[in-house]
Amino acid sequence: MEPATRNVDYLINVQRLDHNYQLSLKEFPYIIRWRENRCKRCGSCTAVCPVKAIEPTVKIQRIVQSEGALPTPVAVRKIVHVVEQVTEMDRYCTGCGACTLVCPNEAIEPEYNPQNKFLHHKNKGGEGYKRGGRRNDPSISTLDRLKFTRISMLTDPALDAGRHEFHMRTLLGRIMPPEDLPLKKDNGKLVVDTMSDRFVPPVREIFPIMIGSMSIGALSPPMWEGLAMGVAYLNEVEGLPVVMCTGEGGVPSRLLKSKYLKYFIIQIASGYFGWDEIIHTLPYMKEDPAGIEIKYGQGAKPGDGGLLMAQKVLKLIASIRGVPRFVDLASPPTHQTKYSIEEAVAKMIQSMSMAWGFRVPVYPKISGTKTARAVLNNLARNPYAAALSIDGEDGGTGAAYNVSMDKMGHPIASNIRECYLDLVKQGKQNELPLIAAGGIAKKGNLAANTAALIMLGASAVSIGKYMMQATADCFGDEYNRCNLCNTGRCPRGITTQDPKLYRRLDSDKVAERVVEVFKATNIELKKIFAPMGRSTELPIGMSDGLSIDDKAMAERLEISYAC
Amino acid sequence: MCRLVAITSNEYFSPIENILALETMKEGHDGSGLGLTLKDLGGEFEELKGSPILSGICTNKKGVQILNEFMHKAGFTLKDIWTPKIKPLKHIMRREYYFARIYDYPESYKDKSMHEKEDLLMNIRLALRKIGEPDGSIFVFSFYPDVITLKEVGDPLQVGEFFGLDKNTIKAKIIFAQGRQNTNYAIYLYACHPFFIQGYCSMTNGENTAFVPIREFLMSRGFPGYVGYNSDSEVFTHILHYTIRHLGLPLTYYKDVITPLKDSELEMREDRKALKFLRHSLRPLCIDGPNVVIGFTPEGLCFMVHDSKKLRPGVVGGVKGKYVLVSEECGLDRTIPERNRSEDIFPMKYDMVIVTPQAEEVRVWNQLQGM
Repeated sequence: MEPATRNVDYLINVQRLDHNYQLSLKEFPYIIRWRENRCKRCGSCTAVCPVKAIEPTVKIQRIVQSEGALPTPVAVRKIVHVVEQVTEMDRYCTGCGACTLVCPNEAIEPEYNPQNKFLHHKNKGGEGYKRGGRRNDPSISTLDRLKFTRISMLTDPALDAGRHEFHMRTLLGRIMPPEDLPLKKDNGKLVVDTMSDRFVPPVREIFPIMIGSMSIGALSPPMWEGLAMGVAYLNEVEGLPVVMCTGEGGVPSRLLKSKYLKYFIIQIASGYFGWDEIIHTLPYMKEDPAGIEIKYGQGAKPGDGGLLMAQKVLKLIASIRGVPRFVDLASPPTHQTKYSIEEAVAKMIQSMSMAWGFRVPVYPKISGTKTARAVLNNLARNPYAAALSIDGEDGGTGAAYNVSMDKMGHPIASNIRECYLDLVKQGKQNELPLIAAGGIAKKGNLAANTAALIMLGASAVSIGKYMMQATADCFGDEYNRCNLCNTGRCPRGITTQDPKLYRRLDSDKVAERVVEVFKATNIELKKIFAPMGRSTELPIGMSDGLSIDDKAMAERLEISYAC
Repeated sequence: MCRLVAITSNEYFSPIENILALETMKEGHDGSGLGLTLKDLGGEFEELKGSPILSGICTNKKGVQILNEFMHKAGFTLKDIWTPKIKPLKHIMRREYYFARIYDYPESYKDKSMHEKEDLLMNIRLALRKIGEPDGSIFVFSFYPDVITLKEVGDPLQVGEFFGLDKNTIKAKIIFAQGRQNTNYAIYLYACHPFFIQGYCSMTNGENTAFVPIREFLMSRGFPGYVGYNSDSEVFTHILHYTIRHLGLPLTYYKDVITPLKDSELEMREDRKALKFLRHSLRPLCIDGPNVVIGFTPEGLCFMVHDSKKLRPGVVGGVKGKYVLVSEECGLDRTIPERNRSEDIFPMKYDMVIVTPQAEEVRVWNQLQGM
C-alpha cells in the first residue's frame, strides 16, 4: 500500500522513501480508527474536524481476487477512497470525537493512545504548547478520595432529606463578629442601633455553589447567555439563589441595566477589560451586583495572565470589552498599577467598594499557593475584604501554556483546609468566608466534592469546567481530549466566536441544563448532609464527618483515616 | 439517650426526688453515671450563700494534698467542708474523697465585683482540672457560690444511695439530675452532665452533630473557660454562657442562637433585623440536634428548649411553687403526681419554656412570635 496523494510532506518525502522525518501515528495522542467497510464516503467527518486531522484521500491498492467458479486468483490494482489521519503535529487529532458524532454509520472514532509522545513534539517553531481545558491528570483527586464517614446511627437519628427543611445557603460577604454588631437592647429586645457609626459590611445569602468566572469572549454568546438565563431562572422561579461570576471581559450593557444584575458577580482582572462600560453604566444600574471579584490569580495558570486570542475578538467582544477587533487581548500576570499587597488588596477592595457605595461585597480571587495564608492573614485584618476565593491547580482556563496548566499550582483541598484552620486560630472562621475552586466535580461528583470542601472549611465553591461539560457537552477531559478552547474552533460552539460554530449551541438548552444541574445538586447535597444530621446551616468545618483512605493525607487535612 | 430531671421549687427538697424520677425512666439510661447539680442550697448552706463552693473528687491522697496546697497558695481560706456520707456499694467504685468545700475569697478579692470573682473562681477550677486531669487525681466540677455538683459512675439509684442522699443529708431549691446513657465511647467523669460555668448550667439528651464547628468557634473566643468538651453536650452550656454573659443578650436569644429562624419565619418578629445579624454572626453556633436542653441561669431561671425539629422529647409540669422539667413524662408523674396533667407543657420546636425563680411562674416563649 502506498499513498496515492500524500499530504504536504509528499514532495519532500518522495526523495526519502524511508519517511524518516515523518512522525508515526504512534506519536499522536489519539489515533483515528476508521472502518473502511462501514464508511459511505459522505465526507461529514473530514468536514467537521476542527483541526483537519483527517482528510479524504485516494490510494491505489493491489488486491488479489477470484471471480470465477473455480479459484483463479488474479492480482488487480484498484483506486480506493479512504479517510486518513494526517501525521502533522499542527493537525494532531485532539480526540474530540466530532467525527464520530456526525458519522451516519459509526465508521470512525478516535482512540486514546497512552504511548503517545505528543509533548515531545508539540513545540514546533519554538513555541510552547498552548491549549484550553485543565490539568491533564486523570488520577483520582483528593476531593474524590474523601468519604463522609460520620453517619448518624441510632444515638442520633439521621435527618430526612425529603421531609426535613434544609437551609442550603451560605454567606458571601464580611460577617461581623457578634461583639461588634450595631445592636442595642430595648425593653428586653434587640434592635438595630441606627445611631451607630459602625460600618456594616454587605452580606449576600447565596447557594453554596457558584458558577465561576468565565468571560464573554472566552465563552461564545449562546453559552454565556445560556448560563446567565439558567442562573436568572434558578433565582426567579426555583428560589435557588445561585450566582455567577462574569469573568474578565465586561458585561453586556443590557444586563448591567437590568434587574438581573443582582445575580452576577462582576470580575475585574489585570486587563480591566469592559470596565469602561461598567463604570459608565453605574448611574443607570437598577440593582447592585451580587459581588465584585478581583482576580489576582487563576488556578489553571497561576502567576500567568489571561489571554484572549485575536481570532476570538470579533465585533461583539470588541464592543463589550472596548477594544479594537482581531487583536490579542492579554491580561498581565499582575495588576500593573499595584506594587504591594496593601495596594493590590486593600486599596483595590476599597476602591471597588466605594464605586458601589459599600453596598457590594468585594473579594479577591487568588490561585492556590503555599502563600495563600499570607494573603488570608492580610485580608483577615481588612474589614472591607468580603471573602477569599482560592482556585486550585485543577481549575480550568480558556487558554494557557500546557506547562502552566499541568505543573503549576497548589491542590485546593489542603490549601483551603490550612486557611480555614488559620482562621480558626484567630477566631475569624465565620468572619471571612473562603471560596474553594479548582477541580470540583472533575469526575462529575459535584455535590460530594462541594460537601467535602465545605466540611474542610470552605463557605462556598465555584465551578467552571463542570458547567461546560454538564450543560453544553464539552468534550474536554483529563486525557487532553479536545481542549481547543484557545483556538476559537470549539466543535461544540462553547468557546468560540465563530457564528458557524456557535450556532450549534442552543442557549435555551444550556439554560435548561443549568437549572437541572443545580436542582439535582441541591437534592444530592441534602442526601449527604441529612445522614450526617445537618440541615439548619451548612456544616462548614465539620471535619469530624470526613475521612480519607490515606494516612498522610488524613494527617495533612487533620481529619481521620479510614480504610 | 440520657434521661433528664430538673426540679425547681420554692422549698428545699432532696435530690433523691430527682433520682427516684430517673428510676422511672430506667430503660433510658444504662447506669453509666449520675450527675447532680444543686443550686440555692438549704440546711447548713443557707448561712453560706455568698461563699464559693468547690465541688469535686480526689481519687487518691496525693490529690487531696495537692488540692489543699493549691487552694492555700491561691489565697482561699477553707470555711467548711461538706462530704457525702458514703455507703459502700458493690457496683460502685469508691474514690478517695468526694467534697464540697466552702471557701472564703482571698483578701484581695473580697471587694471586687462578682464578675471578677466569677473569673477568679473559674480560673482556679480550670487550674485544678489541669493539674489533676493527667493522672486522674483530682476532678473538679464547679466552683461557685451556692452550687454543688456531684458525679459518679453507676446506676443513679445506687449512686444516690452511695452518696447517702436518701438520708436527706442535703437539700436545695433547684436540682438538675442526669442519668447517663453513655454514647461517648469511654465512661469519663468530665463527660457527665450537668455542665456548669460561672453560674450557667445545662444538661442535654442526644447527640450534637454540629459539635466540631461549635467547639472550634467557642475555643477560638479567647475565653479560658471554653475548654473540656469530653462530651459534645458541654458546648450547650458554653453557648448559653457566651450568649448571656459574654454578649449580654436576654435569655430567649439562646433559642435564637442555637436554632435560628429562617427568613420566611422572621416575619412576625419585631426584632427580625437584629436576628438576621445574629444568625450571620453566630452561624457556627447553630445546632441540628437531636437535643432537648434544660438549663438554669445565675438568677435561678430554669428553661427547656428543643432543637429546630424537636427530635427529642421533653415536658414541663407541676404546681405553683414546684415545677419539673423532664425528658420523659413518667419522671414528672413520679415527682408531682397530684398536678393537673392537662396543664403539662410539651414544648414544640419553636418554644422555650421558662420557669421563674422560686417556681413562681411558667411561661412559654414562642420563637416565631417573639413573645
